[in-house]
Amino acid sequence: MYDKSKSVAIANLWVAFAAFFVAIILGLYQVANRSGLFPEIESHERYFASVSTHGVLLGFVLTTFFIMGFGYYTASTTLKRQLWSSNLAWAAFLVALSGTVMAAIPLLTGHASVLYTFYPPLKAHPAFYIGATLLVVGSWIWCLEMIMSTVSWKRDNPGQVVPLAMYGTTANAIMWLWTSAGVAIEMLFQLIPWSLGLMSTVDPGLARTLFSWTLHAIVYFWLFPAYIAMYTILPKVAGGRLFSDEMARIAFIMLLVISVPIGFHHLYMDPQQSAGFKFLHMLGTFGVAIPTLLTGFTVLASLEGAGRLRGGKGLFGWIGALDWKQPMVVAGMLALFMLIAGGFGGMVNASYQMNTLVHNTQWVTGHFHLIFGGTTVIMYLATAYFLWPKLTGRQLASRGMAVMQLWLWTIGMLVLTLPWHALGLLGQPRRISSTPYDSPLVEQWDPHEVAMIVGGVILLFSALLFVLNLLLSHMSKKAENESDDDWAVAVYPPMHVPKPMNSFALWNGIIAVWMVVAYGIPIVQLLILDAPGSLAWGY
Amino acid sequence: MHIDPLEKKWMYVVGLITVVMVGSMTYAAITMNMHPPSNVETIDPKTLHLSGEFTEDNLGATTNEDGSITVRMIAARYSFYPQMVEVPVDTPVTFRITSPDIVHGVHVPFTNMSTMVIPGYISEVTTAFPREGESQFLCNEYCGLGHDYMWSKLKVGPKG
Repeated sequence: MYDKSKSVAIANLWVAFAAFFVAIILGLYQVANRSGLFPEIESHERYFASVSTHGVLLGFVLTTFFIMGFGYYTASTTLKRQLWSSNLAWAAFLVALSGTVMAAIPLLTGHASVLYTFYPPLKAHPAFYIGATLLVVGSWIWCLEMIMSTVSWKRDNPGQVVPLAMYGTTANAIMWLWTSAGVAIEMLFQLIPWSLGLMSTVDPGLARTLFSWTLHAIVYFWLFPAYIAMYTILPKVAGGRLFSDEMARIAFIMLLVISVPIGFHHLYMDPQQSAGFKFLHMLGTFGVAIPTLLTGFTVLASLEGAGRLRGGKGLFGWIGALDWKQPMVVAGMLALFMLIAGGFGGMVNASYQMNTLVHNTQWVTGHFHLIFGGTTVIMYLATAYFLWPKLTGRQLASRGMAVMQLWLWTIGMLVLTLPWHALGLLGQPRRISSTPYDSPLVEQWDPHEVAMIVGGVILLFSALLFVLNLLLSHMSKKAENESDDDWAVAVYPPMHVPKPMNSFALWNGIIAVWMVVAYGIPIVQLLILDAPGSLAWGY
Repeated sequence: MHIDPLEKKWMYVVGLITVVMVGSMTYAAITMNMHPPSNVETIDPKTLHLSGEFTEDNLGATTNEDGSITVRMIAARYSFYPQMVEVPVDTPVTFRITSPDIVHGVHVPFTNMSTMVIPGYISEVTTAFPREGESQFLCNEYCGLGHDYMWSKLKVGPKG
């Protein structure tokens, strides 16, 4: 690997995991505060400042910096050349980091307790909005870097198939540009001028519509690198081959095309959108489940192949024959397990009718902690274990500790989120810091609230083991010369693929048309409707 | 392009799952008219307390000519007003709710009485409560540091 890409990759990854660790500490504080068992630590001000910081650190900082760092590694090792511009990669890092610091100050001092979803007409300090926007601008520079690296490689290698990992990374970069446009418009035309006092009122209905444009596909921006690791790293580490390169490409393309124009399922319960558009977005929402179902099949088929090569026999014998001492293998299996459990909850949320019963209850918090905190983050952690020796040139301090850490992460996540699903069905709203309701319901909630603290403790211990392992490895003196070419090979490596499976022009055209229908028309309708604006409110 | 026969079978299964789920939702939407609350109607949050539908006198339950009930409510930090609503069991109830300040959500646990309340817009939900008893409206969207304290009472009484 090229040294210039190594240093920028590792800088991004360290920022990501530092944010991760701080956020998990806040997470434990939040479950303790919320349970009501420790009245001496209860504080609404601190709780909501903490929840806002926890959300921003995990949803925006961990993800963006991890995706950027992993992208630089992927680009330089799959294309086997320097990045398109190393200076630009450092510029992206500095812009994103300065935005993060700028947003962190109001967050930590309680001047931006508006949660990471912003919720105007609640108003935060302008530095929060500007900082968050800079973080997104940094990620746009990364998108440019990834797209131009692929474009220039294709120019120099006409007719060649773009390596799968880089094809997926480029798809994610393009998807993120489409995705982030919604929140960027909200920031630039609504929240920033309004928070600076240049506008007196804001239309929360329009703001929510724009945020929903970003809010769903952002989770696929986070999930994409997890899928890339499952398709292009996991099969080789497991000792097998990727079951199908072509199906992986089809899954990436479907994620790219379908993820963005479906965000109204976050607005099912909103009064400012009509039922027809909600129904249209519901159809797309069930469409985006398809690439995930395909991914589950291809990754499990690849693992089954690896298990059988290692001597596994019978219908399930291959599972036991897998190398359960490999962090990546353990994480892959656990990630798929949590994906199945969390995906079931997601189908309920996405349902046009059933969503009514669980909307904004603790069920939703349980769902996305399982899919994001579980499936996505466990793949980030395993990918870090995989990358660390390659990026630092030093051995991983302890592989056994890594495997134990991943198991603990999954157990902690299940102990945390299964009670949350139950609480949601028992009617508990999300985003509360205590339960002062005069209702017999509250007594039914109590046992679940104790369980979630146990989950929080396990998760913090697991996060501590993770960061410790990375630190010890980075400081160790045991050199390691691992190959950079550790990408999985497909059972049938593609010599030639149809042009649309090696480029993005057709797909961008389809997204553009779909977005005009799915978001263009509803936004124009809101502008014509011109609902009376709301004044700014503190919290 | 190479597709394994096993993959082909799985694709049929995936297609079937998707068609069954989307089909059942479409069926419920068309034949039972089950849609999420979606009336697009605006109101000025700055003046709604001064005149019109949501002045203090107009809040609460009223019985319509056809026997159905309309309940007008304000969701404002940190309660739903009026703070006690009484409706008959097994009777169509239409809630009309709006907010003079910020975004709220309202849910009666175990029922499909649920909607977001967005300032500038009027939310409307029609439902019927099948069981008598006391229940709560809970705010389920973060609306500020007192969000936990935002709730009010619903009493479902005998019919007629």
